[in-house]
Amino acid sequence: MRPLAEIEARIAELGTAAKPAPAPAVAAAELLALGEEVLCHWIAARGETPTAEKREGFRLLALHRQGAKGEPSFNACRETCRELVYHRNLIVMDPDHPEVRKRLAMAALVANHLHLFIGGKMEVAQLGEFCCSSRPLRAPSGDHPEAPAAE
Amino acid sequence: MNGKYKKVAYYPGCALEGSAHAYSRSTKAVGRKLGLDLVEVENWNCCGAMEVKNIDPKLQTYLSSRVMSIAANEMKFDVVMAPCNGCYHNLKKAEYDLANDPDSVAVVERLSTKAGHETYQAGDIETIHALDWIKHSIGEAGLRERVKNSLAGLKVANYYGCMYTRPRHIFPEKDQGGDSESTLEPHYMDDLLAAAGAEIVAFPLKTACCGGAHTLSDSDTSTKLVINILRAAELNGAEVIATECPTCHSGLEMHQIRAEKRFDIKTSVKIVYFTQLLGLALGLSPRKVGLHENVSDSLPLFKEKGLA
Repeated sequence: MRPLAEIEARIAELGTAAKPAPAPAVAAAELLALGEEVLCHWIAARGETPTAEKREGFRLLALHRQGAKGEPSFNACRETCRELVYHRNLIVMDPDHPEVRKRLAMAALVANHLHLFIGGKMEVAQLGEFCCSSRPLRAPSGDHPEAPAAE
Repeated sequence: MNGKYKKVAYYPGCALEGSAHAYSRSTKAVGRKLGLDLVEVENWNCCGAMEVKNIDPKLQTYLSSRVMSIAANEMKFDVVMAPCNGCYHNLKKAEYDLANDPDSVAVVERLSTKAGHETYQAGDIETIHALDWIKHSIGEAGLRERVKNSLAGLKVANYYGCMYTRPRHIFPEKDQGGDSESTLEPHYMDDLLAAAGAEIVAFPLKTACCGGAHTLSDSDTSTKLVINILRAAELNGAEVIATECPTCHSGLEMHQIRAEKRFDIKTSVKIVYFTQLLGLALGLSPRKVGLHENVSDSLPLFKEKGLA
């Protein structure tokens, strides 16, 4: 897996049609793959092996499902994943659409949102869990004080 | 239309008395204009927000239950309306926990007894959001009849944030088909603002994270998340982002400024509470809906559109 910073840079390139710009359908497929790579980072950080399975025809959705197991707050990026799939479909199914570049830019924004959310979550545990956080995922659990009782 | 929403207990929560005062002001003004009664919950307390929940989730459940107990048992209301997504979410979560978790029930009973008020029982009251309140008491048809200044020509992206629909299990009334709200693709704000004449633009990040959680611990990531939201709205032609969450609203406003200073990225889309837009459409003045209290200066745009 590439570092998250490299993924972020590549997403930005694809969204701004940097030269040499790949064909829209190719770029859309790459954005989807970058989204999968971001999810793989999250799953690997949890000590699991990212699934190769697909859900509704997409590995991205299967990876999201895997990443959300036992981590309800991870569902805060469920719709972002689905939007990425939707925008990829828009582009791949109609690559000659007059607004295809705009659609590609939108897909890149969505992919970047996924990257930022998960990147943030890997720094700060419970991000998106409405809200605030205190324990970095990478820190030993012993660093976090036990929650006091209600009384 | 649902008659029981015509007079409801109003739980503003802390944000609406501070940074989101414009949301409170516009919510009350719209309610008055629509002939809806809001009666503020007496002696209300914090819902537990984010901070208490991180320390002890059951304490948050108790705090939210106390608000519902006062509204239901002391004020005899059937419905409590919370415009803040955080409050709305926490009250719904407390309702769910008290219906399903005996440990939560025990903690709430113990703390309620200590505090000297009646223990809230699941089902004593119905918690709704400001969107539910207007959608089900007035509805789109009712709004259309009352619009004085149509929002026609105003392109709006509706941003719901993360707490209005998640987690899905605490919102059993949603995803029921028909006129119910969708957790996958929420549409109540779209419905109401479209009824007021606005042109609603597609917005793929309508429920995406605004970065509110780590605005202090990792401001750059928060700013980048907001940049994405603002750019996505602008890419689809939006002139305004309508909000219904104080945390999202202030995050979008503050990070829009920070994005320019920190990353030299300028966006011009305006950030406005949906109640402010509805108020303008109903003929209320910009001051009545608190436009001057927003950080994002939308007045020139609304003047240009003939709405102010």
